[in-house]
Amino acid sequence: MQSFPCPFCGPRPETEFRHDGEAGKLRPALSCTDTEWSLYLRARTAARGPSREIWTHLPCMETFVLQRDTLSHRVGEVAP
Amino acid sequence: MARRYSALALVREGITGHKGWVRAWEAPEPRRRYDVLVIGGGGHGLATAYYLARTHGITNVAVIERGWLGGGNTGRNTTAIRSNYFYPESAALYDLGLRLYEGLSRELNYNLMVSQRGNLQLAHSLHDVDMGARLVNAMQINGIDARWLGPEEVHSLVPILNRGPAARYRVHGGIFQPRGATARHDAVAWGYARAASRLGVHILQGCAVQDILIEGGRCVGVRTPLGEIRAERVGMAVAGASPALAAMAGFRLPISSYTLQACVSEPVKPVLNTTLISPPLGTYVSQSGKGEIVIGGALDRMPSYAQRGNLPVLSQVLSGLLEMFPDFRQLRLMRQWGGTVDVTPDSSPILGPSPLPGLFLNCGWGTGGFKAIPAGGTLLAHLLAHGSHHPISRPFDLDRFTTGRLIDEGAAAGIAH
Ligand SMILES: Cc1cc2nc3c(=O)[nH]c(=O)nc-3n(C[C@H](O)[C@H](O)[C@H](O)COP(=O)(O)OP(=O)(O)OC[C@H]3O[C@@H](n4cnc5c(N)ncnc54)[C@H](O)[C@@H]3O)c2cc1C
Ligand SMILES: [Zn+2]
Repeated sequence: MQSFPCPFCGPRPETEFRHDGEAGKLRPALSCTDTEWSLYLRARTAARGPSREIWTHLPCMETFVLQRDTLSHRVGEVAP
Repeated sequence: MARRYSALALVREGITGHKGWVRAWEAPEPRRRYDVLVIGGGGHGLATAYYLARTHGITNVAVIERGWLGGGNTGRNTTAIRSNYFYPESAALYDLGLRLYEGLSRELNYNLMVSQRGNLQLAHSLHDVDMGARLVNAMQINGIDARWLGPEEVHSLVPILNRGPAARYRVHGGIFQPRGATARHDAVAWGYARAASRLGVHILQGCAVQDILIEGGRCVGVRTPLGEIRAERVGMAVAGASPALAAMAGFRLPISSYTLQACVSEPVKPVLNTTLISPPLGTYVSQSGKGEIVIGGALDRMPSYAQRGNLPVLSQVLSGLLEMFPDFRQLRLMRQWGGTVDVTPDSSPILGPSPLPGLFLNCGWGTGGFKAIPAGGTLLAHLLAHGSHHPISRPFDLDRFTTGRLIDEGAAAGIAH
């Protein structure tokens, strides 16, 4: 079992956390095309290696941005 | 020379000291230019090359594989073959795969050990029974050989299934597809490779595509450590590496790469004669021809390229298994591994032209593309030969994520594989 950092609760078991997607996506203006909208909703960078992700710690429901490496599984910086 | 595999060839080679066997596929010098390039030497890429040559007569073809043939998910999967999906589009696609598998050993002259031992999906609650009945109805309307089995039928099919009064997950019935099968995964890659090679296809192993060549807004080939290789049309079938290939080609896909794990026990005498899936427990299991219990389960909980997997899902899968099969507590696990699977938002694959003209997609099979290898190969070959869709692949075009016409098997048929 891996330890993940919650900004409020500190290190907790990985099963208490939920992956919510890639960080840094910006919603396009509502006047955008269907293709732009579908890319916003569904396209992924799916980086192999260092990646910025949105996670939620389920017991306290804090949502935060986490640096994680998708190849080594190492977790790094947290930004609340 | 033992070029054709047969009982006679085996006897003849046995007598003459096994000196006449030849390489199953050639290792040629790459040409600078092909009619068609296929990126990825897994089952889908190799099948694509074979059908290009056999069905469309296009033999100036190369398959480019960065590692070894079948070293991706094709050689890591638990080989459940079935076509019991909910939507007609999926039934047409996966049943094409299953029908082709039924005659494939003979066609390829390679023993794929396709064993039609049936596929059983368990119902553990009354809700599961309602959903199961709905699924069986849909499958029968789609012309698939699905049947509903009551609890007694399930227990007589799988006598070692836990049914004591203390059984935590009682069985209320199950969906059974008699034509469901397992096969030898490596043999599928090797059989297609050998047959394609004999039709003139070049198979280039240990050669990674490092970049996509784009000229005048078109894909015109690839860059590799062996130099540039050009082609009229390029197909990609690289599973978990699809986001990386898409980035080289300048677009993004609705694909996340996750680890899917599996493990096998030591071999034991025959105890399980069907492929069994328990969606609520996230566990599925079959027994290999060698006697090993082959165990798989749900996706890991976060995107990963590690090809090994995390403990929580493995322990959940194994506890579900031991609850259903208390006898398996005595088994020792021999191996555990993971593969990087390419998951789409609707759990259906993507087949069709890519946003870059000249480059065609076969990806997004996620946890369930082994069963579809002959179909995926047939359909990508059609796309590469004609530049346009076969009717069966049309609904699986990338455009469904823009039009919203998803084929949501994740929601409709539950767990994939
Ligand atoms: C543990 C596990 C269990 C599974 N169980 C089942 C099951 O029971 N039933 C089922 O139907 N499916 C199952 N699957 C899914 C199935 O294995 C895959 O959907 C299927 O094998 C995909 O085949 P493919 O040819 O598309 O990909 P792969 O076999 O992964 O082949 C892709 C190839 O592309 C190569 N490649 C990648 N990048 C490059 C590059 N830049 N240049 C050159 N080559 C490159 C890779 O090395 C790889 O060999 C399972 C998968 C896993 C991991
Ligand atoms: Zn917390």
